[in-house]
Amino acid sequence: MKTVFDRPAALTDVPLHYCPGCTHGIVHRLVAEVIDELGVEGKTVGIAPVGCAVFAYNYFNCDMIEAAHGRAPAVATGVKRTHPECVVFTYQGDGDLAAIGTAETVHSATRGENITIIFINNCIYGMTGGQMAPTTLPGQVTTTTPYGRKRNIQGSPVRVCEMLSTLDGVALAARVSVDCPKNVMNAKAMIKKAFQNQLDGKGFSIVEVLSTCPTNWGMTPRDALQWLRDNMIPYYPLGIYKDSAAIRDPEETQEAGK
Amino acid sequence: MAKKVLMKGNEAIAEAAIASGCLYYFGYPITPQTEISEYLAKRMPKVGGLCLQAESEIAAVNMLLGAASAGSRAMTSSSSPGISLKSEGISYIAGSDLPCLVVNVQRGGPGLGGIQPSQSDYYQATRGVGHGDLRLIVVAPSSVQEMASLTSLAFDLADTYRMPAMLLADGALGQMMEPVDFGAFEKRELPEKTWATNGHGFKRKRNIINSLYIDPKELEDSVIARYKRYAEVEETEVRCEKYMTDDADIIITAFGITSRIAKSAIAEARKSGIKAGLLRPITLWPFPKKELNELADTAKVFLSVEMSMGQMVDDVRLAVNGKRPVHFFGRTGGIIPSVDEVYAEIKKLSEVI
Repeated sequence: MKTVFDRPAALTDVPLHYCPGCTHGIVHRLVAEVIDELGVEGKTVGIAPVGCAVFAYNYFNCDMIEAAHGRAPAVATGVKRTHPECVVFTYQGDGDLAAIGTAETVHSATRGENITIIFINNCIYGMTGGQMAPTTLPGQVTTTTPYGRKRNIQGSPVRVCEMLSTLDGVALAARVSVDCPKNVMNAKAMIKKAFQNQLDGKGFSIVEVLSTCPTNWGMTPRDALQWLRDNMIPYYPLGIYKDSAAIRDPEETQEAGK
Repeated sequence: MAKKVLMKGNEAIAEAAIASGCLYYFGYPITPQTEISEYLAKRMPKVGGLCLQAESEIAAVNMLLGAASAGSRAMTSSSSPGISLKSEGISYIAGSDLPCLVVNVQRGGPGLGGIQPSQSDYYQATRGVGHGDLRLIVVAPSSVQEMASLTSLAFDLADTYRMPAMLLADGALGQMMEPVDFGAFEKRELPEKTWATNGHGFKRKRNIINSLYIDPKELEDSVIARYKRYAEVEETEVRCEKYMTDDADIIITAFGITSRIAKSAIAEARKSGIKAGLLRPITLWPFPKKELNELADTAKVFLSVEMSMGQMVDDVRLAVNGKRPVHFFGRTGGIIPSVDEVYAEIKKLSEVI
């Protein structure tokens, strides 16, 4: 009998701890499918820092590192610069990547680190129970913005892909969504491109994935997907913000000693 | 005869790192240790290594964590305020059982403090560098030669016990020049890094580098297992120098640059017929507890001399354990105690014993 659907080999056979309706599961699967399709599990090192995906080391079959909050791009730099033959990816949430880890994000991007970043934007801190994130939308109610995020008090959300697309070191900055099958397919294509870029030595590639957090948004999974479409996509338009065709000059390779 | 080179202490650390097979350095400029980065920026490309200037101390220590996770021999260096920033990463490194070297060329504190030499990070190095139950191996050089040889030793101890090591120097040692021999390092057999995350290649089970244990029992077990290793370090890796202690009534305890001042003061004291001697801890952790406690059977009084308001003196008191009185003399804020000052303290004690 022909197998038409199976667990990707790069995913371990354990139940995920994520809440019902959370889209982390979809994104984990997409990353694992890409690792399988590129045949790179044996040389891949994944890095998951603090956030809902902190237990990602239980879910991927490649070597994994659990990093401090916000520091994954620096840890990835240390792995990739000393082991350029490895495929290195980070899997980070919005608080991690765009608040506490902003410096690590921006500087790994501007150095053009040849790594792949999967960035989960769900407009909220999930793990700690629904506090304001740097990506929380204006007016959005969270446990630390009980009257809604106000621009004059908490400021405005950070648009990560737009910001990073101004940096020379960035090969790919793309925003995708996993709210419907068509967007999920597109998200996979972008994630694959972000990994392929690394194999081609193009440099820093980031895929921002608009995701839902039904538990902390206080919605059903279905309403959460609709909320993403109605509120997140208008503020965070989907698309490719930077796609550099250039393959890095071999003279500028980051391998130590070259 | 081995060839000696005249070098700055900071440069000696850098060259010794390369001589010890460390090809990866991650740093951020801060006085008085910046020569380490500058030296390695020149040297690393010539030996196929990497010297990377990070965006912050925090990023540098996490790059170090990544490099160490992948099984590479790697280091970072900084000075006091920068070590405070690195302490988060050091805690993660300790909790993830990763070997690496962190160099602290101390300056005065707290806060921005000053840029002159100090030993006021003793507590930080031996007690509180990062949150949680953890230890670092801490070595304290007192010469430019030891800046080199203890760098090499610290790397090996870190690898042997799979834990971070710190070389605790100060601005004086970092800046002064003395002859160094890079061929004189002790060598030891090192364990293979089978735990490294550098791609399983379908040849082994996946490796995970992690410091998170949600189940308290698992966390307790992991800490207890680590403390068993720490106990082994305390049992086997204590290093100290004894100078004229056999017949000494007064034992000075001092480490690093201060121990050299103490030696001169002891020579003065001996000239005046005062029987003084020195115990210099070379490893600050593990601390030479046993050696000090034994000296308390023969000596009458102890004097800890430090460039701080009195930090190591706590460990001296714990080691002497009430057998003899323990006194303290120190200067702080970047002031180096003079031989005369230390001699005066010894003289004072000699009059009351």
